[in-house]
Amino acid sequence: MTYKAKLRVWRGDDESGDLKNYEVDVNEGEVVLDIVHRLQATQAPDLAVRWNCKAGKCGSCSAEVNGKPRLMCMTRMNTFTEDEVITITPMRTFPVIRDLVTDVSYNYAKARMVPAFAPPADLEPGDYRMAQVDVERSQEFRKCIECFLCNNVCHVMRDHEDNKASFSGPRFLMRIAELDMHPLDTVDRRQTAVEDHGLGYCNITKCCTEVCPEHIHITDNALIPLKERVADRKYDPLFSVASLFRKGKEKRAAAPATPKG
Amino acid sequence: MATTGIDAPGRAKIAAKTLRTDRWWVQPLFTFLALTAFVVYSTWRVFMNKYYYSDPYISLFYSPCLAGSCVPGAQFAGAPITWWAFSPALLIAWIPLAFRFTCYYYRKAYFRSFWLSPPACAVAEPHGSYSGETKLPLILNNVHRYALYLGLVLNVILTWDAILAFRNPDGSWGHVGLGTLILTLNAFCLWMYSLSCHSCRNAVGGRITHFSKHPVRYQMWTFISKLNTHHMRWAWVSLSTVVIADFYVYLAASGAISGSWV
Amino acid sequence: MTDLERHSYDVVVIGAGGAGLRAAIEARLQGKTVAIVCKSLFGKAHTVMAEGGIAAAMGNVNPKDNWQVHFRDTMRGGKFLNSWRMAELHAKEAPQRVWELETYGALFDRTPDGKISQRNFGGHEYPRLAHVGDRSGLELIRTLQQKIVSLQQEDFRETGDYESKIKIFAEVTVTRLLVNDGRIAGAYAYYRETGDFVLFEAPAVVLATGGIGKTFKVTSASWEYTGDGHALAMRAGATTLNMEFIQFHPTGMVWPLSVKGILVTESVRGDGGILTNSEGKRFMFDYIPDVFKAQYATTPEEGDRWYTDPENNRRPPELLPRDEVARAINSEVKAGRGTPHGGVYLDVSSRLPADVIRKKLPSMWHQFKELADVDITQEPMEVGPTCHYVMGGVEVDPDTEQTRLPGLFAAGEVSGGMHGSNRLGGNSLSDLLVFGRRAGLGAAIYVDGLAGSRPSVTDEMVADAEEEALAAFHVEGGENPYTIHADLQQTMNDLVGIIRTESEMREALDRLEGFKERVRRASVQGGRAFNPGWHLALDLKNMLLVSEAIARSALERQESRGGHTRDDYPVMSPEWRQLNIVSRTEGDGVAIYRQPLDPMREDLLELFDVDELKKYMTEAELPKGEHS
Repeated sequence: MTYKAKLRVWRGDDESGDLKNYEVDVNEGEVVLDIVHRLQATQAPDLAVRWNCKAGKCGSCSAEVNGKPRLMCMTRMNTFTEDEVITITPMRTFPVIRDLVTDVSYNYAKARMVPAFAPPADLEPGDYRMAQVDVERSQEFRKCIECFLCNNVCHVMRDHEDNKASFSGPRFLMRIAELDMHPLDTVDRRQTAVEDHGLGYCNITKCCTEVCPEHIHITDNALIPLKERVADRKYDPLFSVASLFRKGKEKRAAAPATPKG
Repeated sequence: MATTGIDAPGRAKIAAKTLRTDRWWVQPLFTFLALTAFVVYSTWRVFMNKYYYSDPYISLFYSPCLAGSCVPGAQFAGAPITWWAFSPALLIAWIPLAFRFTCYYYRKAYFRSFWLSPPACAVAEPHGSYSGETKLPLILNNVHRYALYLGLVLNVILTWDAILAFRNPDGSWGHVGLGTLILTLNAFCLWMYSLSCHSCRNAVGGRITHFSKHPVRYQMWTFISKLNTHHMRWAWVSLSTVVIADFYVYLAASGAISGSWV
Repeated sequence: MTDLERHSYDVVVIGAGGAGLRAAIEARLQGKTVAIVCKSLFGKAHTVMAEGGIAAAMGNVNPKDNWQVHFRDTMRGGKFLNSWRMAELHAKEAPQRVWELETYGALFDRTPDGKISQRNFGGHEYPRLAHVGDRSGLELIRTLQQKIVSLQQEDFRETGDYESKIKIFAEVTVTRLLVNDGRIAGAYAYYRETGDFVLFEAPAVVLATGGIGKTFKVTSASWEYTGDGHALAMRAGATTLNMEFIQFHPTGMVWPLSVKGILVTESVRGDGGILTNSEGKRFMFDYIPDVFKAQYATTPEEGDRWYTDPENNRRPPELLPRDEVARAINSEVKAGRGTPHGGVYLDVSSRLPADVIRKKLPSMWHQFKELADVDITQEPMEVGPTCHYVMGGVEVDPDTEQTRLPGLFAAGEVSGGMHGSNRLGGNSLSDLLVFGRRAGLGAAIYVDGLAGSRPSVTDEMVADAEEEALAAFHVEGGENPYTIHADLQQTMNDLVGIIRTESEMREALDRLEGFKERVRRASVQGGRAFNPGWHLALDLKNMLLVSEAIARSALERQESRGGHTRDDYPVMSPEWRQLNIVSRTEGDGVAIYRQPLDPMREDLLELFDVDELKKYMTEAELPKGEHS
């Protein structure tokens, strides 16, 4: 059941570019990345595409297929009809380098602004004890393969270039939530979440969750709980009063101010 | 051409606001129509100031009925606010309004369908700038928990209203009319909506880092987390039962329906 | 050449998988400046593909476990051809390396008393693999990545520059190691994005480039696995060891074609999955080799009891070392008892409840659901062998990981010796950590030892390297590199694959001669900016060199052992066990020679029963005084 698929692939660089039409053979069971590779091997050897594992585990082949942010390796061709034109473009939130490859360095810069895991100073390697129920929430977030599709789809940056400076996107707000819920972390990250990473920009429209190829419940399990934890501290005097009576319990030092750069 | 967002310098030059080929606009459109209809209906009812009590049923827009102008039978705690000159619904209707306006689900719904920010995923929004919930008034969405606390108090009262709906006209227990069932169902749905709330999930256990040291709260959190995955569903179901319950009381109080089954 | 980008570092680490990152962390902790050069984005290396876990004898689940048991398992798995010193260091240091990850923020699955949980795996006597569901490799790489970030934050606080001590050069490919007077002087590379060249001047280079999987057609490897480190080392004058030993993982996906080769984790079997043929027979019981008869169950009933009562039962043969299982599957398919798509069935759906499967094997469930439309909680998977790992690799000193070329170090899959002729599952991730750290330390000590006298890079070296890298642009009307690559993979798969014979390997070597000319004539369209055709043309040279080393070594070794099965020499030979086969470059090809193994230290030898050693060793090698 081989057929020829109609492809529209964005070709260009940071100066200019447009959608080019191709026809490429498709075999049973193939995914979009297979078709892009066949295009590369037969008609466009200089087509730039970033990929790596081709098994949905590394998060390299992020792009937009028919306008939807997707991993190309996890988008099966049989989700399209045979006469459908399939449009493939690079991610539209990050600067394009060439063809389907974008410059995702924004994400690595933001990652460096998240205060690192800080275990108790006197705890020796091998002596860490954590209950399974205490690590499960953070484990869900650590399933993240850093495909950056969530940051790509987030309208806060996608539609507002200027917000990139003050907003780190779902990926790194989730990283902060992960550390905040880590049972042995000693730092309070709520202030940095708001002040350095722009938690308040999130209006929980949930597109990050919709596009996550790992099906992480980014909004419900990371962003909203983080907003609630911030509210505990910042917007809820009841909790502040209550915590006065529970001295030292679950009390943690605030994260040192994180330099941008 | 704008120079921000998807047209910002350096990004792939693609003119289309979105390349999505599915009918992405259906959902926001439906949400827009449904919420608009609700706002129109509830405004009409809140300002109507009549047909909100039909023994033994009271409309939830008017309960607890605290104004001196409340009709006899509907009055709550002796209707202490005697100086109030407007519809008694205005004294309390802001609570569910605040609860739903600051609700994490409804925020998604109205940011998408009213504000178009964004209308759908990977569809460019029309605004030139965006500050989200970092400034007044939207920063007030962070007080969702207070609305929850007040909403829970209302839920208790509405549950009491549902219990009172089991009374006969002479005050004895045992009445079961269609209205009894509707009020009971409505109270149940409101509880499900309130308890499945994200703030509730945080309060019962989400804010704890060491679940293993708080086994009971962990169980509560696990339970609420399960409800929470259906928060959107309960938001819509309870919105519908609110309209149904109120409209039923309206029909009964205005005399449009009558009979022992009511 | 005047505007060539130049950087100077103490240590350059090539590869940003587990070994590379651990080496970089160690070198930085020793106060060295480090460049990490990797072909992909930071955090995408092939380590993320590892599923099962990290083998370390922490004894959290079974307190009987210790380094001696782990050492024994490793040697048995490798059929005693391992560098025993590496196996010893590995078994001793792995627990410390795993615990260290927790201090970096790793979150492993836990035991009821809060320790790191450990799971069963093929060839390991006790539950030994620290894991996170079936995404252990992702946890490892993310943890190391985040540790590097935290070190960069420290450096920022001290110097005001995140990159003052560690800088990551992502999407940069090294094309040549620069050697001056028999010592490493630097590395020459290009940015994949722009095609611009960059020169690293450094007295120490750590190779951590992973494996060679892309030389085979059916492989679990990603595009990066083109044998770069092996080829760079050989061209620079170092040697590789035992390149014939290639592990074919028994369970790769076989359908759909586009995902053929993608790994199905061994945890499926560790957690209860069984292998059956088209007749519904659980065939592994027919394939237990004599050397393992004592340790494996002989009936399905006993095998099933083992999952709940490992003390009183022997483990099922589905958990034999990978080479045995892969050969068994190969035989079943050849005998006509395979599935419609040429594999066998791997079934967990009839063995565990659906929710347990989804909890224990989430990414497998996800992978089959999304790629093959198969729900593994309801139906069996179809699996077959896939090229997974090369046990052979760059020859290193076991303690410092220095190669035969001063200043050049190697760790992880690119290095050889540790795993002998066959690697146990889970020993790869621990290998990365143990020897990654040792390589970083070795490099730091080497740099200290140089004092001020660092070898220099000359203009001539740079000009040479540039000319070589750009050659493909000057070929007119040559062949498409994609076609050459596909043909090379087919040749290796058909002729130097899982079962080998002399005539086929001679044929392979003949064809490889032809490939040399084809690779020289590979031509490239377009410019230098992010041009995958050009990148492949350069990678092809490495794959070709590595293929030749594999074929020559495989032809040389006249026995069957671990990841090397000869139809014409089907048994293991104690005499061949005493020999490593070493490859080095000669002209434009590969020359090989035999090199005797170091005899095992007496106290390590004593960890084994003499009866067991007799199965592997010559009479003369057995412990003194005990053999008759």
